Amino acid sequence: MNRAEKEQYLRDYELLKKQGKPFFPYAVMKDSTMALGPQADPTSTTYTPRPDWYFFFLFEVLRVLKPPYLVPLATIGIPTIAMVLLFLLPFYDRGPERRPERRPIAMSAMAMTIVVMAFLTYKGANAGPPTTVDLQVPKQYEAGKLVVGQSACLACHKIADSGNGTLAPDLTHIGSRIPRAAILRSLVAGPSIMPSFKSLGQKKLNEVANFLSYLK
Amino acid sequence: MKLPDVLIPPPLKKPHKPGTDNGRNGADPLAPVKDAPADLVGWLDERTGGASFLTGMLYRKVPKGTNWFYTLGSATLFAFVVQATTGVFLAMYYDPSPTQAYASVTHLTNDVFLGEFVRGMHKWGASVMIILIYLHMARTFIFGAYKYPRELNWIIGVTLLILTMIMGFTGYLLPFDQRSFWATVVGVNINGTGPFIGPYLSDFLRAGAEFNAATLPRFYAIHMLLVPGLIIALIGAHLYLVVKLGTTAPPWLHPKRTKTTVREERV
Repeated sequence: MNRAEKEQYLRDYELLKKQGKPFFPYAVMKDSTMALGPQADPTSTTYTPRPDWYFFFLFEVLRVLKPPYLVPLATIGIPTIAMVLLFLLPFYDRGPERRPERRPIAMSAMAMTIVVMAFLTYKGANAGPPTTVDLQVPKQYEAGKLVVGQSACLACHKIADSGNGTLAPDLTHIGSRIPRAAILRSLVAGPSIMPSFKSLGQKKLNEVANFLSYLK
Repeated sequence: MKLPDVLIPPPLKKPHKPGTDNGRNGADPLAPVKDAPADLVGWLDERTGGASFLTGMLYRKVPKGTNWFYTLGSATLFAFVVQATTGVFLAMYYDPSPTQAYASVTHLTNDVFLGEFVRGMHKWGASVMIILIYLHMARTFIFGAYKYPRELNWIIGVTLLILTMIMGFTGYLLPFDQRSFWATVVGVNINGTGPFIGPYLSDFLRAGAEFNAATLPRFYAIHMLLVPGLIIALIGAHLYLVVKLGTTAPPWLHPKRTKTTVREERV
């Protein structure tokens, strides 16, 4: 850098600083608080549903219990059982002993609960939102494949090796299980915990249905 | 330094000597003015019984061995007070209509003086409160403090935990960005898979069969009126039982027994 360039840089930098905001509190707050995401848009479904961190463990239970008939167990059954056990604790643990070292069952139950919840929270925190389907398909299905990737289907479903896939049924062979019309109905209605994808519009829905019914 | 066991302050006003005409016989014309604060306290106490209540609450004995782990409950209460206070200020700027919510949060965050700071406190404060509740609960569990006679207070505590989780769930939607919206859509659908009341619960939360314009105001009302009211009432009950039953001593400690106490126990 020659002298003129250096001076130019310093002048520019001074101007930029003048147009900026004081470090405290603005930059400090930016560092320590949060950015607001894009505005909620019910017509787009390209966003992965993600709860706050203290719900990650519940979220992860849903992923662990794969078969669809177990979903109510994961969504309601296990949390309800855990809550009832927690509520009734003083009524089934009635021994007079209070020293933790003499309550091995209670202490190991607590340790297990903490380990399981920490593990599920960790797993839930690391579940990424994949946005593309790794699959070779004939050209006419490419459009549908793209929409499936962009619409965050893989946040819950699995297609071959893509997707987190355990929150909702595996779609790898969906075409052989359900006719195209039923797939289309499900996309519009949003069965069980799935949101409705009606807002994608008829054209994209058709592309998605074409792609999914091709998966046999 | 050794502090005395009981620090009850001396009475505000000494009784007057007999035969001095209520203490106003000549000597000090300012006596009624000097006595005014004590008289005011006395007036209030006569009508409320506040003094004996305060004495009973402040000078009640806590058991031997009470340590820093016993402050986790107060810490949780403080976190709730912070949430309530910051929440009031956020409510001054927040507009719970689906078209305006996001804009009002953006305005609050970017334009309002210290708005971002207050919103940050509220957001991170929620996590702090959840963590403190878990720590408080772990202390209660490890010390066996849920056992007789405090079973009911454990149940109230678990209810408070669930209500706090509901606060987290309903508050998450309010900024109305993509993440919070879609997480809530799925969360409400998850509620809907519950047996019997599940579908009704979902319809209640959504104010209909699908997300609509009434959903966000409903979440807002639950978040800032219904659940906080329940939480405040239950915290009151929780604290009442804490004062009434006393806190547990650490389970390792045993009372010293002297000849006198043993004799008293036998009687």
